[in-house]
Amino acid sequence: MTVNGILQIAIYLIVLLLLVKPLGGYMARVYQGERTALGRALGPIERLTYRLIGVNPEQEMGWKTYAVAVLVFSVFGMLFLYALQRLQGILPLNPEGLGDVSADSALNTAISFVSNTNWQGYGGETTMSYLTQMLGMTVQNFASAAAGMAILIAFIRGLVRHSTSTVGNFWVDLTRSVLYILLPLALVVAVMLVGLGVVQSFSPYQTATLVQPTVDATGNQVTEQTLAIGPAASQIAIKQLGTNGGGFFNTNSAHPFENPTPLTNFLEMLSILLIPAALCYTFGKMVNDTRQGWALLAAMLIMLVVFGVAAYAAEGAGNPRLTALGIDQAATNLLPGGNMEGKELRFGIPNSALWATITTAASNGSVNSMHDSFTPLGGLVPLVMMQFGEVVFGGVGSGLYGMLAFVIVAVFVAGLMVGRTPEYLGKKIESYEIKMAALLILIMPVTVLGLTALAVVTGPGKASVFNPGPHGFSEVLYGFTSMGNNNGSAFTGLGANTPFYNLFGALAMLIARFWLIVPTLALAGSLVRKKRVPTTAGTLPTHTPLFIGWLIVIVLIVGALNFLPALALGPIVEHLGL
Amino acid sequence: MLALLILVTGLVYPLAVTAIGRVAFPHQAGGSLIRVDGQVVGSELIGQAFDDPRYFWGRPSATTPLPYNAAASAGSNLGPSNDALTLAVQTRVDALHAANASVGVDNSAPVPVDLVTASGSGLDPHISPAAAEWQVARVARARNLSEGQVRSLVAQNTQDRQLGFLGEPRVNVLELNMALDALQ
Repeated sequence: MTVNGILQIAIYLIVLLLLVKPLGGYMARVYQGERTALGRALGPIERLTYRLIGVNPEQEMGWKTYAVAVLVFSVFGMLFLYALQRLQGILPLNPEGLGDVSADSALNTAISFVSNTNWQGYGGETTMSYLTQMLGMTVQNFASAAAGMAILIAFIRGLVRHSTSTVGNFWVDLTRSVLYILLPLALVVAVMLVGLGVVQSFSPYQTATLVQPTVDATGNQVTEQTLAIGPAASQIAIKQLGTNGGGFFNTNSAHPFENPTPLTNFLEMLSILLIPAALCYTFGKMVNDTRQGWALLAAMLIMLVVFGVAAYAAEGAGNPRLTALGIDQAATNLLPGGNMEGKELRFGIPNSALWATITTAASNGSVNSMHDSFTPLGGLVPLVMMQFGEVVFGGVGSGLYGMLAFVIVAVFVAGLMVGRTPEYLGKKIESYEIKMAALLILIMPVTVLGLTALAVVTGPGKASVFNPGPHGFSEVLYGFTSMGNNNGSAFTGLGANTPFYNLFGALAMLIARFWLIVPTLALAGSLVRKKRVPTTAGTLPTHTPLFIGWLIVIVLIVGALNFLPALALGPIVEHLGL
Repeated sequence: MLALLILVTGLVYPLAVTAIGRVAFPHQAGGSLIRVDGQVVGSELIGQAFDDPRYFWGRPSATTPLPYNAAASAGSNLGPSNDALTLAVQTRVDALHAANASVGVDNSAPVPVDLVTASGSGLDPHISPAAAEWQVARVARARNLSEGQVRSLVAQNTQDRQLGFLGEPRVNVLELNMALDALQ
């Protein structure tokens, strides 16, 4: 680790924290229907939207109606994206003449993007036409992010309101998320990215004449380089802001056209955590106690920093096997040093390790370095960040409602210890709430570990493994951990574009997204009916450092109990053998 | 609702970004292409493969079927414990020493790590200043230039950390090699 590396991480966190309050406060005003600066300009468009889709914005929904609206919206999104990929060969804006996507791959990708996972079994520049990237990927980047935010807001209303039965109107929450939050932010970030060098063009791929001609494997002279381009910046902005993570190109944000400079890297990293972090403040505002929001943010931040620095230390130490070959891996001002396999020089070790940590803390899943080539402990960090259930920031909306499920469990366990009825924000936590919270927390490890076990005992599951030994097991575990948590990053050595991984992965992504949305909304529906109980001396305060520490312990213990055996078989044993 | 979203976020939004990009940043939006006499010879952002002793070499690239295939970016995905990684690194070290020997240069300094490890994209345009310095003697000898001349070209094509603290100091290999060719 170097002083400059620590400085880069510190400045990133400071800038992020400075943006939390302004954006979080703005989002709270948007969702509560208060006046905002953009509201005056975009209000007519919002009202026109409701007229066109025939929705009365004043009409509130119960949790079941809300859930059905989410599911119907998602199913139609999935069908459209599937059809678009299957027909892209005959559709316009396909200058490279790319063919239709195979059925299993198209299904996996449709579910992947609608579920906010953005797992990519395909290579962007060799598979998807410009039209598919725009109408398919970009649209679902907005839609799935907005749906996650809407569900969070419905959940918060469940906590705020009392003695009623409705949690808001899904179409209104969705429209406001896109129109007032995602679209303006994406437009600003996209234009900044173009200015800093990210491509945005509808021209066909460019051809360059090589400075030094070369010879290919069959002995033919090669004098040209084909440069894949496309309308990338518009997609990258929303892929980061919406914690989607699906890249325009195969190597995602490691690709110089997707992430050309350290400054674009900073901007993209900032975009990943911006909304999930600010939503904590939005939550505090909406429950009329901003300390509650800051407490959740503090818990997330502490875990992020500890694990991020651990990843940086592991990657910075380099690969002992290369040291044995006499390779210089010491970091200086002239050499990034460390484990540079799979990393881009302009980012170096600190930006690669930090990105890996935040992209898995948030369920973003974009990468600026190849996680498969990380050192065992460096690769353990992103794996563990996902295995916490994507609650350390997590997906936009989904991360915070996941964390609130942990809060409910934390309050419950604390209540058991002191023998009091657990409460959170004036709502009694009873057996129904605990059942739903337990479902929210336990569905994920069952999916992830079950499918990993299936993959490592079946032929098609094992055939896709690339690296030998325990690292190969880590590839499979990482794959299902990523899909089972709607993350989308990968140990990309795993050849996942096969019917086995496409279909079982699609199953994992569906479960992770929609089987969790239903209990979340059910929880909201139950909480919203409860009366508010007054705060007394016996109420457990949920904004103190003690509670923050307690919440972290609960997240760590649940995560560790579920996954330690599997981690021991993968990265830990690999580390010991290195 | 979905149709509206497709229209606004799938068409209007990317077209608006494209239009702004074309007007305000045409060079960047089009891929930061380098043209010589009107002909595209590469991009400032995308590396090219070099294995001639007369040129500076860039990061190893794991793209297929050729290194630096900018139509199909890829990393090696080799794990740290994979023997294939150790073997690949050893082969690259040997190739670097062989290139030195072919022009009668002997460089016994340890090889900087970025010169023997594949980049994430397979298209990394940069090497570290240390990796450039390691190659100065070879390039100078192969081109009958003084090491000072080559070193000053390296310095001209070296970028510092952005804003003084972001990222890593780096040398653009394609631009450096074009500057070398322009010298002669």
